[in-house]
Amino acid sequence: MIFVRSFLLLLTLQLAGEAIARGFALPVPGPVFGMAFLFILFRARPQMVERLRPAITALLGLLSLLFVPAGVGVMANLELLSAGWFAISVALVASTLLAILASVATFLAVQRLQGQLGQ
Amino acid sequence: MKNLNDITDIWSYLSARPLLWLTATLAAYAFADWCSARVARKPWANPVLLSVLLIAPVLSFSGTDYATYFEGAQFIHFLLGPATVALALPLNDNMETIRRAKASLLAALFVGSVVAATSAILIAKLLGLPDVVVLSLAPKSTTAPVALGISEALGGLPTLTATLVILTGIIGAITITPLMDALGIRDWRARGFAVGVAAHGIGTARAFQVNPVAGAYAGIGMALNAVLTSFLVPVLVGWL
Repeated sequence: MIFVRSFLLLLTLQLAGEAIARGFALPVPGPVFGMAFLFILFRARPQMVERLRPAITALLGLLSLLFVPAGVGVMANLELLSAGWFAISVALVASTLLAILASVATFLAVQRLQGQLGQ
Repeated sequence: MKNLNDITDIWSYLSARPLLWLTATLAAYAFADWCSARVARKPWANPVLLSVLLIAPVLSFSGTDYATYFEGAQFIHFLLGPATVALALPLNDNMETIRRAKASLLAALFVGSVVAATSAILIAKLLGLPDVVVLSLAPKSTTAPVALGISEALGGLPTLTATLVILTGIIGAITITPLMDALGIRDWRARGFAVGVAAHGIGTARAFQVNPVAGAYAGIGMALNAVLTSFLVPVLVGWL
């Protein structure tokens, strides 16, 4: 029953998130609100953490699998993709690498700055 | 010839039903994950990429369209929602370290998110891609459900965005380990957070494969970027 109850809680929080996102016409998707609600719940009721851990660990262990159906969607867009495959590849690879490098560099720079200020 | 007819009948019955493609998706993933484990989780053996490479040719040879496939695969796709909610657990587990690094995290989030969207838009425009592709590309670093909503609101093609989001995730997941190793960056927090911001859930899944701290930070990066991108990309698209 622990898996059923855990899943029920995840779905209920997602449902609440979707209702709020729709209700207020917000650009942020429902599951992101659901995550915020679960986080608040964990802070308010720490005993919930260990109760939910087995189900959540199982679900997050499958994270890669969950992207496969959307990934197969590549075949639905083959025409657009093959027409601009070179430009799209360059844009995707370059922007992803730039974003990783910019993010890592910023993280380390702020850490170093704080270290210097702290001393 | 009766037998042959029976087989075609059975095939045309099964191939139009959810069970076959749901089973095929799980089978492809089980095989892809086995291959990935066999080569010690090398970055190029990405299980999402391998699964897609296994399934797409089967669909195209059997003349099955994506809508039919998705009727089965939607049961898996659906779990992305509860999995996003579940990311509150690694967030909660790592709250103390996050609190200590919050200035670095917020700065890295903002810079990473702006660079991801801006560089993608500018490169796509420079290389002459049509506007509809540029708009579909702009939110590609954020998690699939968020990116689809943004793309739709901007006038892009949500199905194209889904593909570009997945490709971005695979690119990030494959390149992060060799890139960081080559640069000698060993801070798991920085590595994980960056791949979560730039390559959402697929990058996060990769980070969990490599190191639990990196995985937790990737989950945080992905979650925060989902919120930031929703506000940022519509503004950036207007400016650029």
